[in-house]
Amino acid sequence: MAHLKDYEQFVGTEVIEELELSGQRLSGVTVQNINSTAVGGGVAEILMRLVPLLQELGVNALWDVIKGGERFFEVTKKMHNALHGQVVEFSREEIDLFLETNEANGREMNLHGDIIFVHDPQPCALIRKKADIGRKWIWRCHIDFSRPDPFTWDFLKGYIEQYDTSIFSAPSFARQLSIPQVLISPSIDPLSDKNRELPQETIDSVLQRFKIDPARPIVTQISRFDYLKDPLGVVQVFRKVRKYLDCQLVLAGGGATDDPEGAKVLSEVEEAVNNDPDIFLLLLPPASDIEINALQRASTVVLQKSLREGFGLTVAEALWKGKPVIAGAVGGIPLQIVHKYSGLLTHTIDGTAFALKQLLQNSQYARKLGENGREHVRKNFLITRHLRDYLLLFHSLRHPDKNIVYL
Amino acid sequence: MTLQAREPFHFHTRQTLTYLTGRRASTLDELLNGIKEASEASIYHHTHHFLAQHEFLSPEPPNDFAYWITNMLQEKLLGEEVASIDLREYSSLRDIQSAIIDVIGRFQRGVSKRLKRQAPAGEEFHFMEAKSFVIPTRHVARGLEEFKDCLERVSIHSIYFHVFEARLRERNSDFSMWLSTSLQEEKLAQEFLQFDPYTQTLENLRRTLIRLVEVRLQEG
Repeated sequence: MAHLKDYEQFVGTEVIEELELSGQRLSGVTVQNINSTAVGGGVAEILMRLVPLLQELGVNALWDVIKGGERFFEVTKKMHNALHGQVVEFSREEIDLFLETNEANGREMNLHGDIIFVHDPQPCALIRKKADIGRKWIWRCHIDFSRPDPFTWDFLKGYIEQYDTSIFSAPSFARQLSIPQVLISPSIDPLSDKNRELPQETIDSVLQRFKIDPARPIVTQISRFDYLKDPLGVVQVFRKVRKYLDCQLVLAGGGATDDPEGAKVLSEVEEAVNNDPDIFLLLLPPASDIEINALQRASTVVLQKSLREGFGLTVAEALWKGKPVIAGAVGGIPLQIVHKYSGLLTHTIDGTAFALKQLLQNSQYARKLGENGREHVRKNFLITRHLRDYLLLFHSLRHPDKNIVYL
Repeated sequence: MTLQAREPFHFHTRQTLTYLTGRRASTLDELLNGIKEASEASIYHHTHHFLAQHEFLSPEPPNDFAYWITNMLQEKLLGEEVASIDLREYSSLRDIQSAIIDVIGRFQRGVSKRLKRQAPAGEEFHFMEAKSFVIPTRHVARGLEEFKDCLERVSIHSIYFHVFEARLRERNSDFSMWLSTSLQEEKLAQEFLQFDPYTQTLENLRRTLIRLVEVRLQEG
């Protein structure tokens, strides 16, 4: 397990010292995190890393998971899709099941934290306990909230507005709410398998395994096979560029097998690729963090041509590896890329092809964008910044009305 | 030279939490109305967060309004005018707010309705606010020599706090005031006030401050 000291090599002593100063002032405060799953998914992954680090800083951080039957999780999955903008209808019975499951968890769980920190919509109706037990309550939304289905949003809003504060990952997810909305971006862990330094032999062996030529430029997009990641657009971009420049395209992602839409997208991409020997379509199994890391590190340019995006942490991952990134200006991506400073933002296939030609032919410019990108991630998107923001958030609950707080 | 300060200088550091207001703008009219109704915490965020978040890139681009007007609305002329508002000239956030409103308002009166531009979908301007948390550090200076040592050791967030934030949000804890009132170093205090901190990176700023103190120490 990683310790705070282990991060000093990336962020410097002063950042760790300042975390300690902030943490000392929260010593003994109990923060009870609650979400819906102990393993799998981004929320569990980040809690697994953040909770021990918060404890090391003196916060009594805890993590509990709600219980629910299969039917409950079907309803919350529908809710998740609706918040992503899909039109979904809920029956009375489904709504009742959602509320009853929250009610039952509220009765069974020992809700004793000074701060109760609820993640995502599944457990959000636990807030009904606030009338009995008080405490400070935080609700964190980890999902893309830019165009939620109005009915689902109205329903959840009634609960969310009972919290003391809410957190969103990107400015475009902000809503009109009667409670404060804090912007806290997710983060990457530089010590994780997906991001840690790799020996050259590991990178070479991954390329060799997939028969990718290390001597020729490699353009990569890492994402699941989903229309919103525009893999078909990426293939078109590649074809436009390869007319003039020698390069290879790697489209790598996972999760298509159990997702009917994913399988459909994959088959459309396969058709578009049409056995082109310079396009590598890699369907990676879930535990492929080292492979993803190696592919990113081996890339000349990384693309993230998303049409919609939650936060788009793959951008931060690539920037952390010093890679020049061209990405769609959606979701949390503009927070990570300042156009022409730490990467390039594009909106169209032609624009992306033009940007890719620029970067493949101007290695100094590409390198500068990559260096700036890495520095931007170092300052703003590593787990230490995430910790800092959570500590500040906990402090803010004690000083709700001040713009400048002396700790 | 006064060796011992009347009052020691306690270095503080500051960390910021960003709040979303839910308000957005996709045209210059909406931006201007938003700026008119924005809180000081919002004006502070949009004119200063770039310095801290992109410290390695600063001095460009200096404020969110200018960046958005230039890159999203493609109004380069106005973008340049807003970017070049000299923040050093203003001693309060309300004054900075009025200056930005004046520049945009003047430009807008000269543009016919037909030519008004709209930001592409997804690239609206989002109004935010900054809440700052100020924490005392263990660094304390009782004289000029110690002051120089502290400048070398503190984090850039501490330098940032005392140079930018203390001046606009908390007027009692900036370097020049301490140099003048506690050390009677009027000339050095004046030199600290004279250069423009907005047009350099924070590490450069640290070096500039240290150099000014070193020169003074050599004078004896």
